Amino acid sequence: MELNSAVPEGPLAEKWDNHRFSSKLVNPANRRKYKIIIVGTGLAGASAAATLAEQGYNIDSFCIQDSPRRAHSIAAQGGINAAKNYQNDGDSIRRLFYDTIKGGDFRSREANVYRLAQVSNSIIDQCVAQGVPFAREYGGTLANRSFGGAQVSRTFYARGQTGQQLLLGAYSALSRQIKAKKVSMHTRKEMMDIVLVGGKARGIITRDIITGKLEKHAADAVILATGGYGNAYFLSTNAMASNVTAAWRAHKKGAGFANPCFVQIHPTCIPVHGDYQSKLTLMSESLRNDGRVWVPKKPGDSRPPASIPEEDRDYYLENKYPSFGNLVPRDVASRNAKEQCDAGKGVGNTQLAVYLDFAEAIKRDGEASILKKYGNLFQMYEKITDSNPLHEPMMIYPAVHYTMGGLWVDYNLMTTIPGLFAVGECNFSDHGANRLGASALMQGLADGYFIIGTAVANYLGSTSLGHVAADKPEFTKALNGVDDRIEKLLRSSKNGPAGKVTVDEIHKELGLLLWDHCGMARNKQGLELALAKLPAIQKKFWNDVYIPGSGKELNQSLERAGRVADFLEFAEIMIHDALDRAESCGCHLREESQTAENEAKRDDENFSYVSVWEHKGAGVPPALHKEPLVFEDIVPSQRSYK
Amino acid sequence: MSEIDISLEIWRQKDSLASGVFETYSLQRISTDMSFLEMLDVLNEQLTREGKDPVAFDHDCREGICGMCGAVVNGIAHGPEPETTLCQLHMRHFKSGDTIVIEPFRSRVFLPIKDLMVDRSGFDRIIQAGGYVSVNTGGTPDANAIPVPSTTAELAMDAAACIGCGACVASCPNGAAMLFTGAKIAQLSLLPQGQQERKERALSMVAAMDNEGFGNCTNERECETVCPKGISIRNIARMNSEYFKASFFS
Repeated sequence: MELNSAVPEGPLAEKWDNHRFSSKLVNPANRRKYKIIIVGTGLAGASAAATLAEQGYNIDSFCIQDSPRRAHSIAAQGGINAAKNYQNDGDSIRRLFYDTIKGGDFRSREANVYRLAQVSNSIIDQCVAQGVPFAREYGGTLANRSFGGAQVSRTFYARGQTGQQLLLGAYSALSRQIKAKKVSMHTRKEMMDIVLVGGKARGIITRDIITGKLEKHAADAVILATGGYGNAYFLSTNAMASNVTAAWRAHKKGAGFANPCFVQIHPTCIPVHGDYQSKLTLMSESLRNDGRVWVPKKPGDSRPPASIPEEDRDYYLENKYPSFGNLVPRDVASRNAKEQCDAGKGVGNTQLAVYLDFAEAIKRDGEASILKKYGNLFQMYEKITDSNPLHEPMMIYPAVHYTMGGLWVDYNLMTTIPGLFAVGECNFSDHGANRLGASALMQGLADGYFIIGTAVANYLGSTSLGHVAADKPEFTKALNGVDDRIEKLLRSSKNGPAGKVTVDEIHKELGLLLWDHCGMARNKQGLELALAKLPAIQKKFWNDVYIPGSGKELNQSLERAGRVADFLEFAEIMIHDALDRAESCGCHLREESQTAENEAKRDDENFSYVSVWEHKGAGVPPALHKEPLVFEDIVPSQRSYK
Repeated sequence: MSEIDISLEIWRQKDSLASGVFETYSLQRISTDMSFLEMLDVLNEQLTREGKDPVAFDHDCREGICGMCGAVVNGIAHGPEPETTLCQLHMRHFKSGDTIVIEPFRSRVFLPIKDLMVDRSGFDRIIQAGGYVSVNTGGTPDANAIPVPSTTAELAMDAAACIGCGACVASCPNGAAMLFTGAKIAQLSLLPQGQQERKERALSMVAAMDNEGFGNCTNERECETVCPKGISIRNIARMNSEYFKASFFS
């Protein structure tokens, strides 16, 4: 597997400009001769579909939900960053770039991150022009807030529903192109495989969720915008249908998978409360702007929070990190919550929770002001937990939230398969080992609105592509492969459910294994144990899973089974990756690699690279390739938030 | 946390052509901390283990924002709690011994797919008719060059909060989609960005709504009552005003 990052020449600030100039173009009259498949309609997928259609390409857009408006980007609460410096508080493109690369613990590619910061401002302009109702000041200008570890106010927001409003903006642009017949929209379709012809991505196989029918779709290029793999853990803040299948299928066909062990565990989620639980709910980390995190000083102190006097409380983030306090980056906040709970200072029934307390902010600013900022979050919290954060502190605990790893892409967002692109959370590109708050929305829209157009034109303009229709044998072969796999999934169900396990039971078992050994803290022994335990779970799945119904109809159990089968395979490279990276960096804490103060200890000498995994076939260990990370512009430093 | 025993009457329908029927199920020891959909998960695990067909229902984010879930619970779309999607309804609002009747969102436009799943694609076609500002990517002015008074932005946001779940249609005696359509028309007519296409948008979206076969508003206010995002019927008034202005002065 050859890894050519295709980073353009020139000083960092000029690379994107140079690249746009040197990239090939497709003239407007020729664009209508090309068809592009885009899988997924979240921020990255919808914005890419709309933008490429506006430019004149024919788009086939696919989503798993009943409408493109429902993709999981919609659930993002807090906001979107941009280097506008509207608050005149010292922000700049360079600062956003630096914060992002430092936040990612120097495990991302300089040139990509700089470009992200450069296009961030255009994203805000674009969204405002679409009618996204961002929060405003009384004078009518845009409001900003400080968010997740940033010392400037650069986050734009629409109440606690920023993801929803940005997605509806992208969806509206997509809808306009559907109306204009430049986009053909395929809802309730699940991508089952990618089709290569002559080594290039030329199409996909989908399953119609309503009828079970398998379908072949051909195109000149394929863009995956299929999100992250957090649901490998079963419990996460991801939507229920979020899955790794599209990316994993691409991986098995030759796309390198980068940094799969980089999983963001978000510090402010509602704690787990029962084994029936289907998902975890995030409470926006904007809450940390006004909420103070604490636990009782004494382990096992089970008094209700109101009865614990100030002197018996440990505001551990403020004490340990005086300059950032409650606003330390997500990985640091999560790890510290775990540390407190491991030390027996956790609160609530399960003792796997810490307090997030608004009492002081309410006293300072008044209830009305706090409710104006967080009203919908407080309401959501109360609905789920039956407790009102105005009267008693919230209880929070970290949960799997976002995956920085993803398909390896070059500067053009192209995977190691020519003609196959990956955008948004689905790629690995910009967040390194830890993503900063309000940066996911920024990256999804940067990829879709402002980068993919140049990348696709460059590919089409520099590649000779013959016409390929879906009747080629490659398509039939891929479709038959999908069909066989569905048959194989259903094989163990022929004799009824007696003695069998359900899909969810296996998924929970896998999730727990990953959470215990490949979660917030990892060590060699645990990872090796997880790797040793995995084959038995895989075997149990294929031999004993019971799936009611058939493949030729709407079958939600079968849909889940197909995704779990892929998570079971994917987990393997995740653990391999965590094992290989014997340093700590960002989200990835290897217990063997810590400073004297128990902070993550990075090892630039040995691990300043992107891990890229190559699929070598069933039963064969994956091969590791390395893209060295070269820092020409900045000097990596040990992160310190003290 | 406590536990309750409940009985369920659920609409089962194999596919869009089959005729449906209510089936009765009983569930024991349901934690009151469970969400309504988690309760259905428990039922489905139980049905699967018994070799029966699980209940098909739409759901995704399970945090009340994607708009994918929804069913009529004891006669009320999304159940008894105000401003709550089905996924955010918790079992603590039910008592042991309760019988809970669960039906799909019914409307002559939302055709049944299976069990509790219906086809809401008509909503997408209404948006395609004009629920956007016609602006291509790139070449837009600096964001602060379009000032919007904060009160206007807040009103627009109130309307934009719609999640497109379809509860409004399912609850309306006329099967109207006017709250949904009105919310989008209102959002864009309030904002300066929406002014250029204001008239065409109102005419075209209302025509698309009629074309789908949705009914008209007779001020029953059922939609507003069940709306999980508290969208006000003032948005319908705004839509009517936009529509009349556009009809008379275009």
